[in-house]
Amino acid sequence: MIGLEHYLVVSVLLFSLGIFCVLTRRNALGILLGIELILNAANINYIAFNRYSGAAYDGQVFAIFVIMLAAAEATIGLAIVLGIYRSFRTIDVEAIDRLRG
Amino acid sequence: MTEVAEITVVSYLRWIPLLPLASAALNGVLGASIHKRFGERAISALACAPVTISFILACVALAELAGLPEHDRFLLDHVAPWIAIGSLRVDIAFAADPLTAVMMLVVTGVGGIIHYYAIGYMHGDRSYWRFFAFFNLFMFAMLTLVMGDSLLLMFVGWEGVGLCSYALIGFWYQDIEKARAGSKAFIVNRIGDFGFLLGIFLLFWTLDAAGHGTVVFREIEANVGLLEGRFFWGFPVAVLVGLFLFLGAVGKSAQIPLHVWLPDAMAGPTPVSALIHAATMVTAGVYMIGRMHFLYSAAPAALTVVAVVGATTALVAATIGVAQNDIKKVLAYSTVSQLGYMCLAMGVGAYVWGIFHLFTHAFFKGCLFLGSGSVIHGMGGEQDMRNMGGLRRHMPRTFWTFLISTLAIAGAPFTAGFFSKDGILAEAYGRGGLGLWLAGALGAGLTAFYMFRQVFMVFFGECRAGEHTRHHLHESPAVMTVPLVILAAGALLVGWLGLPPFLGFLGPNLFEAWLEPVFGHPHAGLSHETEMVLTAISLSMAGAGVYLAYRMYYTGRTSPETFSEFAGGIPYRAVYNKYWFDEVYDAVFVRATMLLAKAGALCDRYIIDGIVDGSATLTALWSRVTGIFDLGFIDGAVNTISDSVLDWGSRLRKVQTGSINAYLYAIVAGVVGITILRMIWFAGV
Repeated sequence: MIGLEHYLVVSVLLFSLGIFCVLTRRNALGILLGIELILNAANINYIAFNRYSGAAYDGQVFAIFVIMLAAAEATIGLAIVLGIYRSFRTIDVEAIDRLRG
Repeated sequence: MTEVAEITVVSYLRWIPLLPLASAALNGVLGASIHKRFGERAISALACAPVTISFILACVALAELAGLPEHDRFLLDHVAPWIAIGSLRVDIAFAADPLTAVMMLVVTGVGGIIHYYAIGYMHGDRSYWRFFAFFNLFMFAMLTLVMGDSLLLMFVGWEGVGLCSYALIGFWYQDIEKARAGSKAFIVNRIGDFGFLLGIFLLFWTLDAAGHGTVVFREIEANVGLLEGRFFWGFPVAVLVGLFLFLGAVGKSAQIPLHVWLPDAMAGPTPVSALIHAATMVTAGVYMIGRMHFLYSAAPAALTVVAVVGATTALVAATIGVAQNDIKKVLAYSTVSQLGYMCLAMGVGAYVWGIFHLFTHAFFKGCLFLGSGSVIHGMGGEQDMRNMGGLRRHMPRTFWTFLISTLAIAGAPFTAGFFSKDGILAEAYGRGGLGLWLAGALGAGLTAFYMFRQVFMVFFGECRAGEHTRHHLHESPAVMTVPLVILAAGALLVGWLGLPPFLGFLGPNLFEAWLEPVFGHPHAGLSHETEMVLTAISLSMAGAGVYLAYRMYYTGRTSPETFSEFAGGIPYRAVYNKYWFDEVYDAVFVRATMLLAKAGALCDRYIIDGIVDGSATLTALWSRVTGIFDLGFIDGAVNTISDSVLDWGSRLRKVQTGSINAYLYAIVAGVVGITILRMIWFAGV
């Protein structure tokens, strides 16, 4: 029988993969993808806890909010990446260090 | 389906969509390495085998359905629960009734043939595996759309086919024009999908308020009576839902005014045009109306809109097709026009004939597209018909199959198109009225004209290609011509499944009898004599079209200029430029959006920046005043502090590496650190 733990394990795996992706990728798009994984790991948590805590729809509503937020984040993120590409001709984050102190 | 007394539960239906999905996943994830290690053959075997098995399973389902008593023909495969929230219960379940069976056979059958054809057409492409991964994903999405048990599952497939269509139109994305065509298809379709979603929402909401919230088709059908007498903002709900869903169909099935994406979609590889933009995906809207026919029958006003839009599209697209010179553009407008006929049939309530035309159209239009692909292949990529001609001698098999399908689409007696199109026209006359019939009949004449214009320009006369191309002209390999022959045979023969009443002495209308459990038995009730007269009129219109094409493009006795210069050339320029739909949309929507963005930027620059600058100036003024006080009294103390700040600053600036990765590491380390601290200090809280 599938219980809460199973969902949490999936969520942890997804979250770790996301963090790993964010930390290791040098491509800005890869980092955005990693952030999506992290957000979806959070979503799984919301839904799983909602399902097993017997709450009404709180977790699901939050998940919907996260999805909308993720969509907005992707839009802005991609626009920024595009802007970066226009001015630096690259989206390799190692190569972009104009903010160095 | 309300009459379905008993549902037969089976467990093999799920494999029809899931097998293509599995191979799409395999080719999509591992395709590059499979290609490198085992070559193209492994990729194409992986892609074609599951589709073939799906086709066999679809035949099994058809046989099982046929074996059941007429009103128990309903197979259900319940896979898993999906959504359970409030009163909304949706399961992942695949169903098959006679209507689904027809669609399954078209999708897996014609789709399978085009898969095999693509083996030859895509040979040598750099992204061979990517093509087949998306092609199989498309099969999965289309089969989900067709077999899904609920509106929501259908919507999943609906979006899925849109995604695959986008990815395959822009398959050669290095060419910016082709990538743009993909985006255009996606964006235009989104307008329709938005309507589709609104329709689902409104339907569920209303049914839920009446105590039977559901999105499962057979439950909607059982409860459709609850919509009666319900209003939303003063409009009957059934009509509104019908119109919203139809907006989705207008987008997906390329009806006016959202047809603009389909001609551009021809930028994709030709097998894509044949499978997605002719035989299957674009018919999804028509299928959806058939699936929801009980709703539309309860909303005559919505049906009228469907019929008028369909008839307008059938006629207008046909006039545009007359003046195109790109071999695939002609076929694209012809597809738009034929989809118009299907919508017209649905709109007058002749669901059987709409689905029948969908069925026959899949064969002859699939064959025409594959034939044009064979021509393009042989001509080394040339698509302009003005540079073709005389290909009859070089590509005999392509020529004959193309000719047969052209006869079918033009409605030559006893070919597939003859039965289905004349069926539609008769029903349009009997139930819709003279105007709808006239639009359809005029469209039929134009269809015959532009299709034969194409045949004469491509296959007859002298070859107008360059020396180099002419030298390389060759018939396509068997893997491409055998599918052509199969589809042409279908174009010739499948019409006999749906004999019209006035040919009743030749046998019964098998197609209508098969769909009777779904659609019931509505009829226009025309006398045989009227039907024969109507058929004679549309046949003579088609004949006139063929004769005119023959005079203009074969013997050359009538110059095309007679028409292109008619009335100062204005009508010709209008159709040549596709009635400026694209230009108008560009001016109204695209430019308006750009203007809005520009206005936003100006507002930002002058108003927001002005406020910020203004407050900065004020602050600067005030600080100058206080500065006088400062200079005298406070500086001494401050200078000491500032020196030490400067000192610290130069040390701390090393932390600001500017490297995004370093910042990310710092963030993660911070989160981990805080978590650990929390665990130590507040353990058990």
